Amino acid sequence: MGIVATLQQKLFRWHSDGTAPLRLGQRRVFIIPSRGGLLYALALIVMLIGAINYNLALGHALVFLLVGLGIVGMIHTFRNLHGLVITPGRSAPVFAGETAHFQITLDNDRPTPRLGLELEAESGHPVFATVNRKKSTKLNIPVSARKRGWLPLPRVRLSTRYPLGLFTAWAYLQPAMRCLVYPQPIAAPLPLASPTPVGGERTGDGGQEDFAGFRARQPADSPRHVAWKASARNANGPLLIKQFAGGAQVELMLDWQLTDAGLANETRIGILTGWVLAADAADAHYGLRLPGVDIPTGSGERHRQLCLEALALCQP
Amino acid sequence: MSTPAHEALDRHATPWLFATALATTAPHFMHQPLWLSSVAGALLLWAVWLWWKDQRLPGRWILIPLVGAGSAGILLEFHTLFGRDAGVAMLVMFMTMKLLELKSRRDAMVVVTLGYFLLLTHYLYSQSIPTGIWLLAAMWLVTATLIRLHGGPSSRPRETLRYAGVLCLQAIPFMLVLFLLFPRISGPLWGLPSDAFTGKTGLSDTMTPGSIAQLVQNGDIAFRVRFDGPLPPRQKLYWRGPVMEQFDGTTWHLYKGRQPAAQLESLSPPIGYETTLEAHNQRWLLALDAPVALPAETYLNGTMTATRQNAINERIRLRLSASLDYRLNTSEDPTVLRRNLALPASGNPQTRALATQWRAGNPPEAVIAKALALFNAEFTYTLQPPLLGQHGIDDFLFRSKRGFCEHYAAAFVTLMRAAGIPARVVGGYQGGEFNPLDQYLVVRQSDAHAWAEVWLAGKGWVRIDPTAAVSPNRIETGIAGALGFGEPLPMLIQLRADWIRTLRYRWEAINNAWNQGVLGYDPQRQRELLARLGLSDTDWRSLAIALGSTCGLLVAGLMAWALYKQPERDPVVRLWHKALRHLARTKVDCAPWETPMELARRVREQRPELAEAFQRVVDAYLVARYGNTDQHLKILRDAIAQLR
Repeated sequence: MGIVATLQQKLFRWHSDGTAPLRLGQRRVFIIPSRGGLLYALALIVMLIGAINYNLALGHALVFLLVGLGIVGMIHTFRNLHGLVITPGRSAPVFAGETAHFQITLDNDRPTPRLGLELEAESGHPVFATVNRKKSTKLNIPVSARKRGWLPLPRVRLSTRYPLGLFTAWAYLQPAMRCLVYPQPIAAPLPLASPTPVGGERTGDGGQEDFAGFRARQPADSPRHVAWKASARNANGPLLIKQFAGGAQVELMLDWQLTDAGLANETRIGILTGWVLAADAADAHYGLRLPGVDIPTGSGERHRQLCLEALALCQP
Repeated sequence: MSTPAHEALDRHATPWLFATALATTAPHFMHQPLWLSSVAGALLLWAVWLWWKDQRLPGRWILIPLVGAGSAGILLEFHTLFGRDAGVAMLVMFMTMKLLELKSRRDAMVVVTLGYFLLLTHYLYSQSIPTGIWLLAAMWLVTATLIRLHGGPSSRPRETLRYAGVLCLQAIPFMLVLFLLFPRISGPLWGLPSDAFTGKTGLSDTMTPGSIAQLVQNGDIAFRVRFDGPLPPRQKLYWRGPVMEQFDGTTWHLYKGRQPAAQLESLSPPIGYETTLEAHNQRWLLALDAPVALPAETYLNGTMTATRQNAINERIRLRLSASLDYRLNTSEDPTVLRRNLALPASGNPQTRALATQWRAGNPPEAVIAKALALFNAEFTYTLQPPLLGQHGIDDFLFRSKRGFCEHYAAAFVTLMRAAGIPARVVGGYQGGEFNPLDQYLVVRQSDAHAWAEVWLAGKGWVRIDPTAAVSPNRIETGIAGALGFGEPLPMLIQLRADWIRTLRYRWEAINNAWNQGVLGYDPQRQRELLARLGLSDTDWRSLAIALGSTCGLLVAGLMAWALYKQPERDPVVRLWHKALRHLARTKVDCAPWETPMELARRVREQRPELAEAFQRVVDAYLVARYGNTDQHLKILRDAIAQLR
């Protein structure tokens, strides 16, 4: 952290002090005139000169009333943020290249609504929100996930111009939130099945991708594997499942060593991610072996998450 | 910084902008050329239609020629693009054209700012109470539009209007403070456009037959007067304006050359009064005859008209005093006397003959008496005299015998001059209407009058009012009483029913208070007010301090209201916290996470003597909080009371 950043942190407490939920106090809310406010001020100056020049008592009164309105508007804009309670929520993991959504809850315990709120983590992608009187609103702040690993929520700018638009009030939020970003998968053919089968299991006699025909769906089968097109063709029959020669039953060990050592680490991780997804799609039993990580074979959603998490956080 | 989606205007905000445009421009339709109002109205309707049909707004290739055509039209109409009328016309035009360009919120902000600006321009035409009220309502609407723009679609119309009302009301204290304390600068900052003061009525510096009769049909107020003492008798109330000494056969003119100073000899104690003159765009003050003490920057000219250096083009308030009995210029300059004997070389032969006949062997007083007797015997006082021919005075004196004050004054002065008596016409006002509610004498344009002055050796200039000889009522009760039924007088003056008059008095008293207190709040009044508040001898620095501290206090008060209003708490919770405070006093502290049951258990251990009472509180609290009884609050309160 540079000197400027340290100073900012000391002075304005931009970063969260760790308490959640966070209630916006006056030290956290900043306010400056907006462009519309500057136009308004300019108009008022011209109007005042006009009122003096033509000696209009009511002109003076109108200008002063509008000055008062500006001041009142400033306080109300400030008030629109002041006392707002921000509670961080959870965020679902995403793949690199996708957009992560950080859920945040805004609570308003005032008997007046707070309208025109704008939250922006990445410039150009604001989210708009309103919180009704004594209600709360959940919203998702989009952040594009570029790199695998933990993505902390960047500083969020919560701003408003409501009610009059003459001032912009804003606060910086940085609740301790992070989103897991899986590596971006790279499509590649799955490696050959493990040469050491687990006892009792029969190795397949062909490539995993070899289509071997259909069979009727059993309740245990994942709906993901239903061959919808084929099922639709014989509408009266049971749902059909695609069968691959040996694929479903095969044991795969997705090993770091199986990827081309000449490739960049990130590419190798990408290939492994692609394999995990392909293996999962094929309903295979698979394990993952990374430098320092060894996940035994398994299958299912939880297993998939475990593998992807390991890939996301892998430090080769 | 903001994305296009941010700036785009939502469809349902647009009607608010239409309403803003209409409310802020509509009153201008009353004093704008018809073509301009029609064009503005058509543009507004077009914008509404496009919105209604959800059609695309016209492109630049339509808008730019439109702006050009509009400006050209205004240039042709007013011969300028600046100044009051042309400037207002331009603003109205821009406002309606901007409605055809409403794409983003920034456009909408321009409309709103223009709207606020247009509100000010109405005061160039009227600063009356109704205008003030109308504009306050318009401002409320414009503010609501602003809120609607920034609150987005979630701000519902009723709440938006209510909120706008709250904001406007909260702005009023600031307005009052600024109005009272903001350093006032008087007078224009630079030369005003030539049309700044058009449309001001009043006496002119010439008089032709019919000119005053026309003025009399105007019910506007010329000035208001408040006397220090009792109201002087009505027939003494001659308010002196221009003195016209030159006659060209039809028109009487002011002599523009140098005059010797007036020598005034006061014969009665002066009467002090305060006058509030409406703007009439002339230099004379319309002081009561004869003015003896004058305010600064005012002087008496040779014909005893109180005059200012500059034309009076705003309402002013002056302190004056007058002596009702006086002698003026007993030793008059011979050139002045010669000027006041001059008549055109020819014309009005019958009049001249009559005067020559009267003069033979008679003193001036007898000639005057003869003239007045003539008027008294045969003449009629009317606002609708027949047209006069080439020899206007002859026609009037010997044929029509019907006329208004200017006819009598002109005919009388002509007779006197022909008879060798120096005489001149004086224009001004006579009388006025006393409003018993606020003790002000109101003098209207309809009180405009013309009379004569003759110069008599040893007496100086003496006022002779020939109208009084024809219609004494005109002098004693005023114009409405003097004219017969059916004469074209302003409605206001004609209505003589008591209750209407009382209403009118009340309305005029309110208006007068408004004029004196609000519109007439000038640097001098500001100094007086500050002196009364103990801030005598104020300079701009003390004003700034007073202003800053008062506004600061207001802001602090508003902040306290806005930010630290305690959220209303559940009474049950409040009572529970009260019970906890009781416990704390007996040294049983409660941790925030401790449940009531847990706490009750701890109290049993630490303070067994309290346990039973506290258990009752806990039970009552739990029932009140989670149960459902009618009496829960009372039970809880009783339980807590027993804790002591």
